[in-house]
Amino acid sequence: MTALLGVFVTSSSHPTLPDVGVFAVAAAIILAGAIGVVVARNPVHSALMLVMTLFGVAVLFVLQQASFLAAVQVIVYAGAIVVLFLFVIMFLGVDKEENVAAEPLRGQRPLAVALVALGATGLLLLGQVSRWTTGQPHVAGSDTGAPNVNLIGKSLYTTYLFPFEATSALLIIAVVGAVVLARRPPAATSSEQIEEADAALAVRDPGPGTTDGTGDAGGDA
Amino acid sequence: MSISPAWYLSLSVVLFCIGAFGVLVRRNVLIMFMCVELMLNASNLAFVAFARQLHDIGGQVLVFFVLVVAAAEVVVGLGIVVAIFRRRASTNADDLHLMKG
Repeated sequence: MTALLGVFVTSSSHPTLPDVGVFAVAAAIILAGAIGVVVARNPVHSALMLVMTLFGVAVLFVLQQASFLAAVQVIVYAGAIVVLFLFVIMFLGVDKEENVAAEPLRGQRPLAVALVALGATGLLLLGQVSRWTTGQPHVAGSDTGAPNVNLIGKSLYTTYLFPFEATSALLIIAVVGAVVLARRPPAATSSEQIEEADAALAVRDPGPGTTDGTGDAGGDA
Repeated sequence: MSISPAWYLSLSVVLFCIGAFGVLVRRNVLIMFMCVELMLNASNLAFVAFARQLHDIGGQVLVFFVLVVAAAEVVVGLGIVVAIFRRRASTNADDLHLMKG
């Protein structure tokens, strides 16, 4: 492990102490939040842990001079997506403790641990054997040192104009899809139709020995 | 000199694996969604690290698009969860076997 870390540190010149401190604290926040999301029993706690992780990622964006993305991360993720999660959790009323220890599929959890550990070590080793990064900055060179927002805006409205417009179509489709999905089925929505159905039942079976709703309607008739 | 991108990529790998583990292990659909968000954030972190390393703003623009797609995915996914909850009164993935043969 120390050899692994040694390769990382010596692969570039030494970072300054504040950078290391910020990175370490943010990484600890991110990992603690991520583990909290997975192990929390209450979905509300999971959502709050997710906010913690997203905030840590935003800090790392700032550390990498991606200030616009850090702002968007906090506003869109923490401000909109997690709030949507919390809204649905509380709307459905599923904010109860759930038994995490119960294992519905036997052997699934050890298998998941093994697979994930294998994937993680594989990726990390791959990064050691074949170089993750070239060590040669300024390869593509469109980041000319202008303010981050200017660069992103220019790139978004010139090079990536068509994908940008396509995302607007995607968002419209998503909104329409969500409305269609979350709408109640039309049969049971309007009270007028329910009354019509009750009246039809009452006409067909007007006797006193019927169920509650139809019995009242039959008596009135 | 700032932190080496290798550190960011290692953190990204670990974050992605925690998210993947959550998707595999948890049975609550809402928490599985949150774990997918963790995985998307891991990829965002890697994109920004590469953008910084290569001095190419394209990586950051891609993160922007990932954010948009994540938002759309969450909106549609939660709509589906609400629609399923109306029928089954459950957010447990094991209860959703309507299409099982």
